[in-house]
Amino acid sequence: MMEKMIFGRYIPADSLVHRMDPRAKLVFVFAFIAIIFLADNVWAYALAAIFTLASIWLSGITVRFLISGLKPVMILIAFTFVLQLFFAREGQVILDLGLFTIYEEGVRQALMISTQFLLLVFMTSLLTLTTTPISITDGLESLLNPLKKIRFPAHELALMMSIALRFIPTLMDETDKIMKAQMARGSDMSSGPVKDRIKAVVPLMIPLFVNAFKRAEDLATAMEVRGYRGGEGRTKYRLLQWHLRDTLALFSLVLLAGLLGSLRIWL
Amino acid sequence: MDISLQKVEYRYAAGSPFEKKAIEDISFTIPSGQCVAIIGHTGSGKSTLLLHLNALLKPTSGSVVIGDRTVKAGRKEKDLKPIRQKVGIVFQFPEQQLFEENVMKDICYGPMNFGVSEEEAKKRARYWIEQVGLSQEILEDSPFDLSGGQMRRVAIAGVLAMEPEVLVLDEPTAGLDPRGRKEIMDMFYQLHKKRNLTLILVTHSMEDAAEYADQVVVLNKGRKVHEGTPRDLFADAERLAEWGLGVPEVVRFQRLLEEKTGRSLPGVCLSIDELAAAWNEQSGGPAV
Repeated sequence: MMEKMIFGRYIPADSLVHRMDPRAKLVFVFAFIAIIFLADNVWAYALAAIFTLASIWLSGITVRFLISGLKPVMILIAFTFVLQLFFAREGQVILDLGLFTIYEEGVRQALMISTQFLLLVFMTSLLTLTTTPISITDGLESLLNPLKKIRFPAHELALMMSIALRFIPTLMDETDKIMKAQMARGSDMSSGPVKDRIKAVVPLMIPLFVNAFKRAEDLATAMEVRGYRGGEGRTKYRLLQWHLRDTLALFSLVLLAGLLGSLRIWL
Repeated sequence: MDISLQKVEYRYAAGSPFEKKAIEDISFTIPSGQCVAIIGHTGSGKSTLLLHLNALLKPTSGSVVIGDRTVKAGRKEKDLKPIRQKVGIVFQFPEQQLFEENVMKDICYGPMNFGVSEEEAKKRARYWIEQVGLSQEILEDSPFDLSGGQMRRVAIAGVLAMEPEVLVLDEPTAGLDPRGRKEIMDMFYQLHKKRNLTLILVTHSMEDAAEYADQVVVLNKGRKVHEGTPRDLFADAERLAEWGLGVPEVVRFQRLLEEKTGRSLPGVCLSIDELAAAWNEQSGGPAV
């Protein structure tokens, strides 16, 4: 179950997307999140979907792999889809179930919102799948650097983020391990009444937290003995380099924004 | 209670692009009351195999017969608890599974999950805590205040208190000092002898395999490559090297001794006492 999760996991490969400057990718993803809200009709969504699929294609990651890795998110999307389906009360009635009535507008809304959600999740996963946590952090720090003038802790924030990302897979593996150990001691997390199942989570969560705190302390000690003292005067081994492809990527986004904007006005 | 594996195969993330075959075509039987060591290089599939021994993993092909139950690929299994009670597993670094507020409660967790009364569970806790070499006073302490070695022993007591018929040990002595190592292994071996407990030892340590096992199963790249007595296995150092494994210290010493003196013994010796006796017998007096 756990080995399929791809949140925060990096898939090493050598694709155009992998080679992009992390700053470009970060700006790209954040801008995309804003731009996708410009879409308000089928054609605009189709365009955004094609744009997303093209980005995925360029990264060499298969859509099937993305979908299977994002199963928990898919469940969430399915849930919002159903909610939307019942909430909108405009347009023609499509289905009358007595207690619930499904309207045309509901179907439209549900489809659009879940598509929007799906594209967002795909794009953001693409960022973490093709960029090492270290480069994401470097990129973020470099983007936030100007804010240091107003005493914004850019370096610390970037560090916290990279540590959090770094330990997601570790915690996942550990959850799996402890779960197996407790199951071997007769704990039953997958059947029985809900009350018992919630109780069965305690023997899982406590060791997980204890280990996480222990690890955090070890990490802090390890950093300290190696003379870590924040970002002050720290130079970088990997220098970020902006290439033509990064400019082009951002330009394609401007184009998409323009197209989505005009579709909004004309349709 | 015998455990028998028949053509067991397991793939992680079956059906996804990440699919990875961990073990394949593994068949062997662990007869009741034996001590079997499963050895292999890192990544040989030992840990995956171990999870099949009490149905924590279900094979993707083949079947595992545990006592009177059969866990078969593709069939949904209900009520695995009896299997888990009969086959206890002490995982690698078991101290990480402790969670209760005191040692007593932690040891009682397993037995009570299997329907043992609180009173009986407490009785067992008092008994097993001494068996693992700790005093009863520790039962009131929080497991998180103990030393690493003590936590390991508490976790082991927690599994033993389930009173399984088969005990699976995954690198039980990893990270312990030599004395703790010997104490813990000797304790398991005593249980094996006295209570006729079936012992399955998953290990890197050739010394432990030589000293305790009746049978050794060798895994390499997810396949079973050898099954036999430690004596036969360790006589063939070249084959072991092919699988990325070595021979126990004492066998290495025997080979060196044979090379230096030009005399050879009929077979390999699995302990230093055995070697000394065999040498004396052959030469009619001490070697040096």
